[in-house]
Amino acid sequence: MSDIKCAFVIQRPPYKSETSTLGFTHAISYQVVEMLLEDGQNVIPTVCMVGEGVLNLLKDQKAMENYGVTSIESHGKNGLLVDLDILVCKEDLDRFGISEDRLLDAEDMGADKKLQIVTYDEIQKVMEDSNHLLFF
Amino acid sequence: MGTLTIGCFSSLVSSKSLDFTLKLAKAAVDKGHKVNLWLSGNATGLGKNHQKHLKDYSTGEKPALELLEKGVEICECEACALARGIHKPDGIPGIQWNAMHWYLAKIYSSDRVLHIGGE
Repeated sequence: MSDIKCAFVIQRPPYKSETSTLGFTHAISYQVVEMLLEDGQNVIPTVCMVGEGVLNLLKDQKAMENYGVTSIESHGKNGLLVDLDILVCKEDLDRFGISEDRLLDAEDMGADKKLQIVTYDEIQKVMEDSNHLLFF
Repeated sequence: MGTLTIGCFSSLVSSKSLDFTLKLAKAAVDKGHKVNLWLSGNATGLGKNHQKHLKDYSTGEKPALELLEKGVEICECEACALARGIHKPDGIPGIQWNAMHWYLAKIYSSDRVLHIGGE
């Protein structure tokens, strides 16, 4: 059996609802999906941050101080730590005036992966190449 | 016949998305398709038993029981349910409790996936 590719397209802003958090946590759960699959089967997730969804990736979020919850920044860092491909729409970053140095990374956790800032065309290709799309 | 997996994240009363999901699942299973239903976020309220059907509010317990009888697999996110004060003894019998990888595993073997987002 071949791998199944899923694109998790996160377009909601952080904290207004739990939607973007659920996008990350569902994508990260690919780490343990093999428990429920046969040998050789796997789900390959790609997280695509578009629109207001790019705001989820700002670093130095104060969610614990303000809301008493784990920050979405932490979920993003955990995603990088477990080797999720996280694509960020360049056009939307530009639209919000967000420079790359304001975005999270997980170097302090020892992650090899980094956020991938790409054009929307590249995100479109990933979506077209995916078996299933999940919009958050 | 195919396999359809639906993920729903909307609550029962404050939107009609979950009502739509239940009706769609019934239509699909009645046509002979295999249907899986994943409930996450506010949709986990569907799994609470002893729902009182007030006429101004939609209800999910009876449709959910009908779907279970027809062989639809329904599973809700355990963490999402517990965070909302819904515990297993309060759950509708037959609705499974698991974590998000259940959804991904069902997606793996599905011909179609319909992901209905939350509020």
